[in-house]
Amino acid sequence: MCSLSLFPPSPPWDQVTLYEYNNELVTGDNYESPPPDFRGQWINLPVLHLTKDPLKTPGRLDHGTKTAFIHHRESIWKRCINAWRDMGVSGVLNEVANSEEEVFKWVKTASGWALALCRWGASLHGSLFPHLSLRSEDLIAEFAQVTNCTIVPSLKHRLQRNVAALAWKPLSASVLAVACQSCILIWTLDPNSLSTRPSSGCAQVLSHPGHSPVTSLAWSPNGGRLLSASPVDAAVLVWDISTETCVPLPWFRGGGVTYLLWSPDGSKVLATTPSAVFRVWEAQMWTCERWPTLSGRCQTGCWSPDGNRLLFTVLGEPLIYSLTFPEHSREGKGQVGGAKTATIVADLSETTIQTPNGEERLGGEAHSMVWDPSGERLAVLMKGNPRVRHGKPVILLFRTRNSPVFELLPCGIVQGEPGAWAQMITFHPSFNKGALLTVCWSTGRIAHIPLYFVNAQFPRFSPMLCRTQEPPAGGGGSTHVPLFTETASISSPWDPSSGTSWSHSPSSHLQ
Amino acid sequence: MGVWRRLSRPPPRFSSVAAAASRPFGKAPSPGCTERVGERVALRPPSPSQLSASLLRGQGLQVPSGTARRRRLQLPTGRSRGPRPRGGSSQAAPRAAPSTSGSSRGPASFERLWRAGNPAPAAAAAAAPAGTMASASAAAGAPAPPPPPPPSLPSLPGPGNARSPASLERDRLWRVLGWRIATSVVWSVLLLPVCTGAFVFFSSLDVLHPVQWVSDALHDLYGSCVLSSLLLLSALVIVISVFNIEFYTVVPSIPCSRLALIGKIVHPQQVMHSLVHSAMGMLMAWCAAVMTKDRYHVLAVPCTDADSLESKAARACLNEHHLFLLLAGAFMGYSYSLLYFVNNMNYLPFPIIQQYKFLRFRRALPLLLRHSAVESLYLLRNFCFLYYFLGYIPKAWVSTAMDLQKDEKQPPLDSLSGLFDLSLLYHVWLCGVFLLVTWYTTWVLFRIYATEAHAFPVQPMFTGDVEECLPRVLNDNTPLIIKYLALQDLMLLSQYSPSRRQEVFSLSQPGGHPHNWVAISRECLALLNDLTQRLVMYQEAAATNGRVKPPSSPVEPKKPIVMEEETAFQTPKASLMPKALMPSLVKASLFSPKFASPDTLNPVCSPYGDSVSNRAVGIVDIKSPRHEGPQSLQSPQLTRRGPRLWTSLTDPQSNGPRSPHASPPPIRREAQHKGRGPPWKLCLWLQNKQEQVKSFLAKRVLIVYFFSKHPEASIQAVFSDAQMHIWALEGLSHLVAASFTEDRFGVVQTTLPTILSTLLTLQEAVDKHFKLPHVSSRPPRISGSLVDTSYKTLRFALRASLKTAIYRITTTFGEHLNSLVGFK
Repeated sequence: MCSLSLFPPSPPWDQVTLYEYNNELVTGDNYESPPPDFRGQWINLPVLHLTKDPLKTPGRLDHGTKTAFIHHRESIWKRCINAWRDMGVSGVLNEVANSEEEVFKWVKTASGWALALCRWGASLHGSLFPHLSLRSEDLIAEFAQVTNCTIVPSLKHRLQRNVAALAWKPLSASVLAVACQSCILIWTLDPNSLSTRPSSGCAQVLSHPGHSPVTSLAWSPNGGRLLSASPVDAAVLVWDISTETCVPLPWFRGGGVTYLLWSPDGSKVLATTPSAVFRVWEAQMWTCERWPTLSGRCQTGCWSPDGNRLLFTVLGEPLIYSLTFPEHSREGKGQVGGAKTATIVADLSETTIQTPNGEERLGGEAHSMVWDPSGERLAVLMKGNPRVRHGKPVILLFRTRNSPVFELLPCGIVQGEPGAWAQMITFHPSFNKGALLTVCWSTGRIAHIPLYFVNAQFPRFSPMLCRTQEPPAGGGGSTHVPLFTETASISSPWDPSSGTSWSHSPSSHLQ
Repeated sequence: MGVWRRLSRPPPRFSSVAAAASRPFGKAPSPGCTERVGERVALRPPSPSQLSASLLRGQGLQVPSGTARRRRLQLPTGRSRGPRPRGGSSQAAPRAAPSTSGSSRGPASFERLWRAGNPAPAAAAAAAPAGTMASASAAAGAPAPPPPPPPSLPSLPGPGNARSPASLERDRLWRVLGWRIATSVVWSVLLLPVCTGAFVFFSSLDVLHPVQWVSDALHDLYGSCVLSSLLLLSALVIVISVFNIEFYTVVPSIPCSRLALIGKIVHPQQVMHSLVHSAMGMLMAWCAAVMTKDRYHVLAVPCTDADSLESKAARACLNEHHLFLLLAGAFMGYSYSLLYFVNNMNYLPFPIIQQYKFLRFRRALPLLLRHSAVESLYLLRNFCFLYYFLGYIPKAWVSTAMDLQKDEKQPPLDSLSGLFDLSLLYHVWLCGVFLLVTWYTTWVLFRIYATEAHAFPVQPMFTGDVEECLPRVLNDNTPLIIKYLALQDLMLLSQYSPSRRQEVFSLSQPGGHPHNWVAISRECLALLNDLTQRLVMYQEAAATNGRVKPPSSPVEPKKPIVMEEETAFQTPKASLMPKALMPSLVKASLFSPKFASPDTLNPVCSPYGDSVSNRAVGIVDIKSPRHEGPQSLQSPQLTRRGPRLWTSLTDPQSNGPRSPHASPPPIRREAQHKGRGPPWKLCLWLQNKQEQVKSFLAKRVLIVYFFSKHPEASIQAVFSDAQMHIWALEGLSHLVAASFTEDRFGVVQTTLPTILSTLLTLQEAVDKHFKLPHVSSRPPRISGSLVDTSYKTLRFALRASLKTAIYRITTTFGEHLNSLVGFK
């Protein structure tokens, strides 16, 4: 098992992480002036810096043009119709109950009672599934894989409100799916088109009753189907975009689906729920396996490139679990074929590491995890922890190896400019010199951090790198201890069916 | 026949002819060809040696290369082992035949025919004369004089010309679909008691006395009338299933104008369907009335008149409620049939993801219930209107026919007060829901079972299974549903099954030919080329706005060459296709050969046969060597297309499936006429006249109303069978992408340039097509309905999957595409 005490010390606070070379993360003063020995390796990456000024915050959207007009009170019935359209029955009841002297007394009282009944029912429902009582904005903030987001679309559509997720369709280069408050918008953006602001006519609206707000989208890697999920709807929808047909994959427990992740080979899908259970769907016959976790919901997960291993974290636990799906189950039709138990592969609990400048605390819960497409680097975005770096989220970088045995080795800490914290991380889908980590910092800067190594997936595409760099040693540069290997480590077993053998203590994870 | 004999001569070069022979014969030959083979084996030869000789001849046609020679030596030994004359022939023949090449179909098809038909030689005898007739007529058109038929051939004239291929098709259909359909019928019969129980339960609804209600309902359930009506209902459900089976289609028929819609409704088949359905609806309603009891039980009730107490027993009055229920049933049955066709509910949409049948049924169930309840409500409303205005006719008719009197005490039902009877309306509504739920359940079950994926073996396990394996099924002239299932299976195996992909890429065991891959890719490419051609034709028609253009001058024939060994697959060099020439090339490559079609083509033999015959005979073929690649693929269809006569222009896309194997001989003949010259003027004159009549008619409003084509519908009609092309695209692109790592022998690489150029040509045609008016606008979407409207947007699906297919191949191969031979 890997623990954070073996991590190399973080760089000085005024340095930014520029790239990885020879198994070490190289830092510099800022992004614009890389060190001279890096010049030869420089790849032409687009520099993006989103300043916050042109971005309108949602707060400003509220008082847009409304204040320019004289307030006019509509009649009660008109307001009721509007409320019906916006919020349904409860909106009408609310409107009637709050009206003064416009309706009969008894109507007002009756609607007040009905409203109370509704609220009581909703609270009962909400006590079963607490996340349902959140407002939709909070739902999105709770379940999105982005920290502290303010997303403002430059594509405009009447229905494009409260965007929670975006997904480009693979193998099409022009189709973008947007998860909105009430629907999914499919934008077809022709890259050859001259218009920079496509009209809303380019968008295709996909909606399904009971399926809002949509917070997660996942395209199948071969570009055929789109999955969408909502924390309110227990069913995952499989969409055929072209014919606009959808098939719900129903499941009556769990109360909703918060996060969908398709394995890179397209064979399985991870679907997490707001309750302490997650499911793995098999993408041919669409059967699923259910995995109860005892302590909390599954926060995030990532698939290995061959789709045989799933790493996931559970809310409230500083641990990374691994779940294997053996290869031989691939031909079996309609079987997920997951292993019986999940193993703990990394312990991210808070520890103190020694740095030249003194002690430093590191660790906490993971917020999101991404695995690079070649399966050699794993980046973990931690949750903000007030005792660690003044509550700033930290990006931890691991080296991984998937075959013949799974290994997880610490690589380093990715640091941004002073005062900036990471909001979102992702890997480039096909970077042929290693892996390219893209970090969205809170300052609006999109930083690309190339991690140079000999990529097992594209060995033929990196002739230049092979000349200048010897392949990395197996054990890693800074620490030669294999921190987690499947052969050595004995982790606490975790049975998905019973779920009772959850017996580990955090201290036992430290080697 | 002449073709076959000619090929059987020792060819000059073995390898080239092997390639040429294996390719065109793998394509679906005409029924005549099939029968000829069947006939040869079906002869019941008196001695094994004669049989082996005829088999040898069959072998010699096929693979004259070294492998075949080796097999020739094997054959007699194999024969000698099997002394049974008939069983031995049907078993030894497929063993000797190569696994996928064309003529092995002969014995196997005979065997199928043998198994399908009566063991009595009736089928064989019917097949044999048909074969001889076809061969004789084919030979008449062939340039070479036909060799005399073998002396053992019985030359009886047979009436069953179309029988044996039809029975072959039916047999294959039954093998693939039979069990499923039977299971779906069984399930719908098994679900009937559940529906009936629910109906009885709800029909005796009594909210005020719930305990009594439940006990009454339970008591009724075991009553004799419920059980006996269950028998009748089961029979009705079976009849409904038969209608579903008879009327299903995988290609939706889209009426392009209002007249076509009306014609669809008054089509005799449809009228029969409607009549039978209304009769069945009446029967269902009668069952429902019997089960409901109460006052709906019988048609004749004793009168309740107060003044005629003494003659009460003698007088019988009409029970109008019963009549109302029966008529409502008939009306609902008729409406079901009408909506069935108007909404294209006989169209089988294939599911977008594979799921287990139970899950699919469970998913459809709430939708079905809701749809039935709502539709029953609408139908009830319509029926009430109808009865209010026209109800007196059946009432008078029945009462006079059965000598029933009118009950004066009861209010007549064709009045407002009589109709506003909540109990009556509820029962009629419930009866309608019962009817629709039962029928829709049958329909949904049939749909689920028929569209379930079927795994065809890629390579036959045993020699007898050759007919069932995927390359054969794809290439044969199979029923469309089987072709759809085969293409769906191809798509699934290319995505999910590495071991079956390996079989596709494998080489044939003796000989080392990639027969599986060649057959599969050829069929997919033929499909795609067919679509390209159809799109270009549609665009031409749209560009000329339906007007007639004088035929353009023929493309200047390039230097004639003798084509004996060039085929698209075996020689990738032949399919050189400069990218810069692409736009003009689409048309040039698509339409040049039609002018070059020689008059000597025999019109009866298969469309694939003629190009083969030309090639094999050594006729000078006028085709540019540069365009050989795409042409040799497309030429069979293109020669069929003929010049742009007004017949083919004004109706550029025929409704419904355009089977690539259905050849329209009239156009061909006209093509030949035209090539000779004289009827030109007549043709022009006719065209002018037609134009004048058209312009005269176009001014009449009513005619315009009926004849005007809905643009959206005609666009949909072009893409009505696009699901096939989508699967072909997905299967092909996934196979090519998988071949990057899995194809050990490089069999895909020989075809890759052709595949890419086909895809790009199609992409260009599709791009052009989407620039036409109305094409790129989406029809409004109806969500959450039982009626499937996915066929209306198939063109978008095709565009998306075409783009994805091209991207999939190019991203997988990356920069290696630059080193492809023949594709720049």
